[in-house]
Amino acid sequence: MQIGLNHLLFLSTALFFIGIYGFFTRKNLVTILMSVELVLNSVNLNFIAFNKYLWPNRLDGVFFTVFIIAIAAAEAAVAIAIIINLYRSHQSIDVEKAEELKY
Amino acid sequence: MSGSTIIFYLLAAFILLNGLLAVTTRHIFRAAIYLLFSLIGIAGIYFWLQYEFIAAVQIVVYVGGIVVLIIFSIFLTQQSGQELPKQKLGRIVFSALAAFCGFALIMLQVYQHTFTATTEQPVEASVANIGNQMLGTSDHGYALPFEVVSMLLLAAMVGCIVIAMRTPKEISDHKL
Repeated sequence: MQIGLNHLLFLSTALFFIGIYGFFTRKNLVTILMSVELVLNSVNLNFIAFNKYLWPNRLDGVFFTVFIIAIAAAEAAVAIAIIINLYRSHQSIDVEKAEELKY
Repeated sequence: MSGSTIIFYLLAAFILLNGLLAVTTRHIFRAAIYLLFSLIGIAGIYFWLQYEFIAAVQIVVYVGGIVVLIIFSIFLTQQSGQELPKQKLGRIVFSALAAFCGFALIMLQVYQHTFTATTEQPVEASVANIGNQMLGTSDHGYALPFEVVSMLLLAAMVGCIVIAMRTPKEISDHKL
């Protein structure tokens, strides 16, 4: 059996919703960041799969993937700076402990 | 079943298993290691699809950069060996249900839709082709997004330093 586009879409969708599940259940900011990375990776996989199977005459999916990787790196760096700052002021990175703006 | 098919299924199972473990394990350090293996598996899928440049970028940026950054932040913010607290069962059940429903909906749409591929001659995704088009200013050139992303990276770098820097008062308190 030949591997088609649907197999890759199944893989990327499953990975996306694994990330969403982690996003819902986790309380720790670092683990939430890991879930976001999984989601971003599934999106990259989607772009590459569409480029490979539907538009092999172009390279647009490759460029989108490269730019998403660059933006994800910037996002991770900023998120970790925020996490370290939060830990410094709250001695914890649990999202339930940072609730000054809630009430 | 050809060898290529078997390799794809092995890689897919590896990615999904490690991804699942990364979001469910209660040891935060192990979660980072499972995430690392999942990202390596995705790089393997890119190699399998013969996009070697993207696979190399994936390994360099994600495995070599982001995961190391995450591990550093774990060391800076967690007491080592401490397990994360258990989640409420209701939250786990409803999150799994929501994720599964979303997954089922998307897959239903995917299987009902027929994708039509182009019949034109494929372009090789070599580094030379990618580089020429990325820095091209003619049609389908990506020079402007390239410059915008470079500005974004600079802004993110400055922002990180400003956010993580101690205020002058904290530094003087620390010295006393």
